[in-house]
Amino acid sequence: MTAASNTVKARRRSSFGLLVLALIATVIVFLPLVIVLCTAFKPVSEVNAYPPTLLPSSFTWRNFQQIATQLPFARLILNSVVFAGGVTLFALVFDSLAAYALARINFAGRRVLLIAIVASLMVPFQATLIPVYQVVSHLGWVNTYAGLIAPRAADAFGIFFLRQFFLALPRDLDNAARIDGASELRVFLQIVLPNARPALLTLGLFTFVNNWNDLLWPLVFTTDRTMGTLTSGLTLLTGPGGIIPYGVMMAGSLVAILPLVIAFVLVQRRFITGIATTGLK
Amino acid sequence: MNIGTKPGTPQRQAKPAYRPPRPLGGRRRPDHTGQTGPRLRRGGSVLAFMLPALLVLLVFVAWPIVSVLRLSFTDASGFGQAHWIGLDNYRRIIEDPKVFDALQNTVQYTVLFTPVTIGLALALALLLNSPRLPFRGLFRTALFLPFMISLAVGSIAWSYLIDPQRGLLTYWLSAVHIELGDALQDPHLAMPAVVAVAVWKNLGFYMVIYLAALQDIPKSLLEAAEMDGAGAWARFRHITLPQLANTHAFVLIFAMITALQAFDQIYVMTQGGPYGSTQTVVMEIYDTGFKRLDLGLASALSNLLLITILLLSLAQFAFFRRREADVEAS
Repeated sequence: MTAASNTVKARRRSSFGLLVLALIATVIVFLPLVIVLCTAFKPVSEVNAYPPTLLPSSFTWRNFQQIATQLPFARLILNSVVFAGGVTLFALVFDSLAAYALARINFAGRRVLLIAIVASLMVPFQATLIPVYQVVSHLGWVNTYAGLIAPRAADAFGIFFLRQFFLALPRDLDNAARIDGASELRVFLQIVLPNARPALLTLGLFTFVNNWNDLLWPLVFTTDRTMGTLTSGLTLLTGPGGIIPYGVMMAGSLVAILPLVIAFVLVQRRFITGIATTGLK
Repeated sequence: MNIGTKPGTPQRQAKPAYRPPRPLGGRRRPDHTGQTGPRLRRGGSVLAFMLPALLVLLVFVAWPIVSVLRLSFTDASGFGQAHWIGLDNYRRIIEDPKVFDALQNTVQYTVLFTPVTIGLALALALLLNSPRLPFRGLFRTALFLPFMISLAVGSIAWSYLIDPQRGLLTYWLSAVHIELGDALQDPHLAMPAVVAVAVWKNLGFYMVIYLAALQDIPKSLLEAAEMDGAGAWARFRHITLPQLANTHAFVLIFAMITALQAFDQIYVMTQGGPYGSTQTVVMEIYDTGFKRLDLGLASALSNLLLITILLLSLAQFAFFRRREADVEAS
């Protein structure tokens, strides 16, 4: 046997070892997702059986019918879509407008404004929740979509992120348009925005996911259970004391997870790269 | 979470190599668009562009910062007139053992979460960076996936897995003689359990950050060391780790800030129990502010959180500033 074939063998062996390690990590990470998927279709007797099993031995839709009787399920889905979608839509429009001005228009106080916006990046929303709630409450917006959406209709991170992206776009095109007499709005709409599609997509998906998944926000701004989101609604069935109906909860969890997983799988490469290069979170 | 610092390399604003001298006097100087354009029109459009975002940030970020500071010196309760009570709320944080425990628990949570997350993320990133591992892209996507899933929903799944009677994980572990018992009701296990769920959710994010940084390390450095006879450990110790210095700093502070904001899985899994052993600062803000309506105390706690996170962020800025200066000086 030659030395060369030995190294090839050693390499193959180490490659196999790495594969086993990666598979173990993946199995651990996926365990909760698999349990959601399997339990959602299990009959109650199996959900609570001892010894517990992973795979269902019989298949049922009952948990999905049940959840509609325990929670205003359709309404919660609608609320999640309106809340996460609304925040995303407003934030993309308002953030990109502001980012455009900060990146492309020269005006007095621009630097100060930029510094103020970067500084406000450091403020965690949990720390200002109480006064924000007071403002929303004064406006009479508790338990309304406006109350859920308005405080997040623009955010410093989105502005900063898009500004950095706009700065990197070549200026020749918009300067040419300006010389032709185009207004700033036209330059923004017809030249800068179409070129910023990847940044808008990343930021949009990121904003949508964050709000869809958020728990504390809907807990604070909605006290009426028909105004909660899917995420906050599901937690109504948890808590110490009482038997937690896991079959029903997993059915609800599956509905809460599935749209994001699908969206993520579709755009994952670009999205992960976007996160890795900006530290988006 | 929302820190816009670029990991790996410090965020730096592109500086023009040449800046034309400003003309003396004239306010209507040509701007960078190369156009003298009527100032008034530009001013009007700036306002139109900035106004919506500024209005939102002023009402829902700037004003609340002032307001939370002011509230923390009062006995506001949401009803009737609030009175100025000086530092009483801050005194209560130190003197009330229940509130002070929340601070201690948060520190404990942070001390557990940060190193475990960073260690595992780095290990996974090294694994996924190895060219000998097949299906690397697939593993990257798979391990990142929990980051897309709500921590609340993930917590429901983990609660079921470690349920004392019905939990599959409890059952599997007892087969190898590891007894979880009722982990979420056990004052010693509840904190590790809620930390573990946060690690599960966030691991993929930090892994991806490390992976990007690892791919930025020049191959030539590692190859040169290998030719000089440096083993795998020596290369990791003396090249990979130091090359990741920026990423470590970014990830460390980011993870600490994330840990300080812990709420979701605690709300779902333990409600702060058993015996307050998982009650964190944000849980305490929620309970005192929105359940007991003690707005003054909740605001004082909010301020502590705000200042701590502000200091951490500033430390991060300072670090990157200094490194940037070092790089430019060398």
